[in-house]
Amino acid sequence: MSRTNAPGRGETILLIAVGGFAGAAARYGVELAISSSLLSTLAVNVVGSFALGAIVYENRLVGSFSKRARFVFGTGFLSSFTTYSTFVVDALTAAPPLGLAYLFASYATGFGAVLAARASVRAIANPRGEVVA
Amino acid sequence: MEPVVLVGLGGAVGAVLRYLLGESLPADPFPWGTLAVNVVGSFALGLVVFGGVGGDAALLVGTGACGAFTTFSSFSVAGVRLWESGERRLAAVHAVGNFGLSAAAVGVAWGAATLLVG
Repeated sequence: MSRTNAPGRGETILLIAVGGFAGAAARYGVELAISSSLLSTLAVNVVGSFALGAIVYENRLVGSFSKRARFVFGTGFLSSFTTYSTFVVDALTAAPPLGLAYLFASYATGFGAVLAARASVRAIANPRGEVVA
Repeated sequence: MEPVVLVGLGGAVGAVLRYLLGESLPADPFPWGTLAVNVVGSFALGLVVFGGVGGDAALLVGTGACGAFTTFSSFSVAGVRLWESGERRLAAVHAVGNFGLSAAAVGVAWGAATLLVG
């Protein structure tokens, strides 16, 4: 990764703010499209976990995204598109069996999405299957 | 103001605050920043939800700021990274701790809101 021309502090904060605006707005759009809060939150968390996993492992294995791009899309957009607070409140306010199932489903699909992203990046970055990271 | 703009503005503020808090906390070997934002943000959302905050304020502060300040994607990635680096115990603490402490924070917020708002 190039260390030259790194974004300054002000620019970094601006990039994250822009990404955060878009990520939260996009999450709200999914909320409007899927009437169940549990399902819409699960959806954004799974999709966002896969995408952030892809960015993180791509950066480790290939590194074609600039620091600016990772601030906008990762720290800004995806981290705001996904959310933990609504997930916790929904899990606690649902009927106990549903809340517990929702907790386990969210964790399983969230971690599973990161593992799927890792496998995808490895397959694309390293088609011969040599283990590098 | 349009609801989506309110959510976006709250999201911009929440994302920047998350970054600033995360910067000030160690991420290695344990992702303290993710834990901190999730617990604090869950407490704040609990106050909004159980305090009966509605309308534009709920969109700006709840859906926007708390939603963006807390994060599930970094939580998922950090959990897998801990596990794959052999830090199995820390991965378990991360998975259980984020939910347990965030749930406790929501409980405290519910108690506080019930006392204050009735």
